[in-house]
Amino acid sequence: MNALSVHAPVLLVATPLLAAFVVPLVAKLGSTVRNAVVGVFTLLTASLAGLVAANVLAGSGAPSVYVFGANPLNLTLPSGMHVPIRILFEVDGMSAFMILITALVAVAATLYSFSYFKEHSGGEMYYPLLFLLLAAIFGMEETGDLFNFFVFLEIAGIAACGLIGFRPWRGRSQEAAFKTMALYTLSGLFVLIALGLLYGQHGGLNIAYLSSRVGAGMLDLVALGLLVVALGTKAGVAPMHMWALDAYGEAPAPISAVLVASSQASLYGLFRVLFTLFGAAVSVAALGWFLIALSVLTLFVGVTMALLQKDIKRLIAYGAVSQIGYMLLGVGVGFTTSGSRPAYGFVAMQGGIFHMVNDAACIGLLFLAAGAVHRASGTRDLNRMGGLGHDMKWTAALFAIGALALAGVPPFNGFSSKLLIYESSFAASPILAAIAILSSILLLAVFMKVFQAAFLGPRLLENVREASRGMLVSMLMLAVVVVVFGLFPGFFVDKLVTPAAKALWLGRDAYVRAVLGG
Amino acid sequence: MNGINSGFGAWNPLVWTALFLGIVAVALAIRALGRKDYKKKTGQTKVYLSGNEEPEPEDLHVRGDALYWGMVEALSGYYRRARALHTGILSDYFAWIIVTLGIVFVLLAVGR
Amino acid sequence: MGNFPFVVAMLLVILGLYTLLFKRNLIKLVIGASLIETGVNLFLVALGYRTAGIAPIYTYAPPALADRMVLPTPQALTLTSIVIGLATTALLLSFAVVIHRHYGTLDVREVKELKG
Repeated sequence: MNALSVHAPVLLVATPLLAAFVVPLVAKLGSTVRNAVVGVFTLLTASLAGLVAANVLAGSGAPSVYVFGANPLNLTLPSGMHVPIRILFEVDGMSAFMILITALVAVAATLYSFSYFKEHSGGEMYYPLLFLLLAAIFGMEETGDLFNFFVFLEIAGIAACGLIGFRPWRGRSQEAAFKTMALYTLSGLFVLIALGLLYGQHGGLNIAYLSSRVGAGMLDLVALGLLVVALGTKAGVAPMHMWALDAYGEAPAPISAVLVASSQASLYGLFRVLFTLFGAAVSVAALGWFLIALSVLTLFVGVTMALLQKDIKRLIAYGAVSQIGYMLLGVGVGFTTSGSRPAYGFVAMQGGIFHMVNDAACIGLLFLAAGAVHRASGTRDLNRMGGLGHDMKWTAALFAIGALALAGVPPFNGFSSKLLIYESSFAASPILAAIAILSSILLLAVFMKVFQAAFLGPRLLENVREASRGMLVSMLMLAVVVVVFGLFPGFFVDKLVTPAAKALWLGRDAYVRAVLGG
Repeated sequence: MNGINSGFGAWNPLVWTALFLGIVAVALAIRALGRKDYKKKTGQTKVYLSGNEEPEPEDLHVRGDALYWGMVEALSGYYRRARALHTGILSDYFAWIIVTLGIVFVLLAVGR
Repeated sequence: MGNFPFVVAMLLVILGLYTLLFKRNLIKLVIGASLIETGVNLFLVALGYRTAGIAPIYTYAPPALADRMVLPTPQALTLTSIVIGLATTALLLSFAVVIHRHYGTLDVREVKELKG
C-alpha cells in the first residue's frame, strides 16, 4: 500500500497509457469484455488520481517530487550535481486540483461513451485514443520538466484531434480536426522554440531550475511571450479561440467534455509559466493587463456570439470559451497584483481557480446533455427542435441545472466562484466586474434560448425517447457535483481551492526548494 | 465553514436555499387561497375572455432564432462585424495568433 | 559564421509562417507547418553544437576530448520533436485527404462550413 502511494504519480500516467494499448487487444473478445476492461481502467485511473491528490493535499499542497529512476525517489540532485538532470514529476496543490478535475470528467465521459457509442463500430479505436488523451493531460498536470510538458502537450493534441475527427463520414468533423491540429502544431512549435531559447540561456529544462535562473533578459522575455501565446491558443483564449468552437462543436459529445479538461490543462500550463516559471522575475504589469483584456474579450465575444448560434453544440462551445475568460480574469487579476499582493488578488485567484472545477462540471454536463438531445431528436438545429421536455424529462432537468449553474444563478456552483471573481475584479477595476456580470446575464439569456427552443413548447418531433440509463447516470454524476459544490462552497474552497491558489500565489520558492534544496 | 467569505461580503448557500424555499412556500400558500369552485370545461377555462380563437400550440412555439430577434437586431452593427471576423478560414486563425504574438512582444519590450 | 545556423533556422521558421498565412492549399499549409518544424529542429541541434565537436559518447572517450562533446540533450529533444512532427504531419495529411473527399476542394477559403 505504501509503495502504491509512493509511485502513484507515475502510475497515474502509466495506467491510462497501458490501457490505451491493452484495450485494442481485448476488443477482439467482444464489446462487453472491452467495456468491462475500459471501466476497470478508468476507475483505477480515477482512484490513483484521488490518491495522488489526497497525498498532496494532506501536506496542505506542498510540492512533492517524484524523480524517475532515482533512489530514493525524491533525490533530485545526485552527489556533485548542481542541475537536476533526471526527468521528474512535481505535484503541488494546483496540480492536485487539476488532476481531480480531469479524473471527474474522465469518469463521466467514459461512462457516457458506453451508451453513446453502443451502436457504433470503432470502439477499439475510440477508447485507446481517449486513454492516450487522459494520460497526456495527467502528464501535463504533473510534470516538473518543460520538455516533458511539451511532449505531453503534443500527445494530448494528437489524441484529441484523432477523437475530434473520429467520425470521418461527417465532413465537418474532418474540417474541425484539421483546423485544430494545424493550430495545435503551430502552438506546439512555439512552445518548442521557447524551450530552445530557455535551454540555450540556462542549460536546463527543469521548471524549478529554470525558475531559479530566469531574469528579464530579452531572450527570456521572448520565450515568455511565445509560451503565453501558445498556451493561450491551446486554452482557447480570444482572439485565438476559433479552433475551440469548431473542435467542441464537432467532436462526439463525451469528447467535447474531455476537451474542456484538456484546454484547462493548457490553461494550467499558462498559469504555471506565469507564476512559477517566471513569477517575480518579470513583473511586467503591461502583460498582466493584456491578459485581463484578453480575458474580458473572451468573455464578451463568447457570450454575445453564442446568442446567434443555431447549432446546439456550437452554442455550448461558445459558452465554454466564455468560461475560459472567467478563469483567466480571476487569475489575471491575481497576476497583475502579484507585485503588491493585496488581499483581493488572492481572492481573485481563488475565484478563477474555483471556477475551473465548476466550469468542467457544468460545461461537461451541458455537452453530455446536448449529445443526448442530438441522439434523441436526430438534429442539432435549435430551430427544428421543440417540446423535447415532454419525452426527456430527466435530460431537461439535468440540462437546466447545468445551464443555471453556468449562468451563475444561486445556489449552484457557478455563482460561488463568479461571486469571488466579481468582487475581487471590482477592487481591481469596476469596469471588469461590470463586464463580467453583464456577460453572466447574457449567458443566462443564451441558455434560456436553448432551453425554451429545445425542451419547452409543444411536441414538434416524433419518436423522441429519453436518453439511455448510462448517459443519464453520467450526467447525474456531474449534476451532483454541481449541486454539492454549490451548496457547500466553503468546504471545497478551504480544502481544494486555497491550497491550489496558494501554490501559485506564494508557492514559487517552495516549488524551487523542493528540487534544488536549500 | 459552509459559506465563503470574499473579503467584501459573505455568501452562504444554505441560508439562501432555506430563504428561497420559504418564499416558494409563501407563494404556494397564496396560490392555495385562490378560488377552486370555477366550472371546468366551460368558458371559464378559456384563455381569452374576449372570445378570440385560441391558436394551436404548435403555432405558438417560439423557435430558437426568434427568441432574441430584437436584441440581435438592435446590436446588428456589432454582430455584423463579429460575424465577419469569425470567417472559418484557417489562414485567419493563424493570422490572429501572429498578431497576438506581435502585441505580446511589443508589450514585453515596452514594459521591460 | 557561428550564428549562421540560427539565421537559417529563423529563415525557415519565417518561410513556414509565410506559407501558413498566405498559401491557399491545405497541403501547402501542412508543408508550411513542416518547414517551421524543420527550422525549430535545426535551432535545437545548433544550440547543442560545439565547434569541432565530437559525438557525446562517453565509452572509451579520451578525457581530453570531454569538453569538445556536443550537448546530448538538444539531440534528444530534436529526435523526440522529429517523431512528434511525423505524427502530426501524417494526421494532418490524412485529414486533408478526407476533407478533399467531402468538400471536393482543398482551398482553405472554401473549407469553411464552420463559421459564425
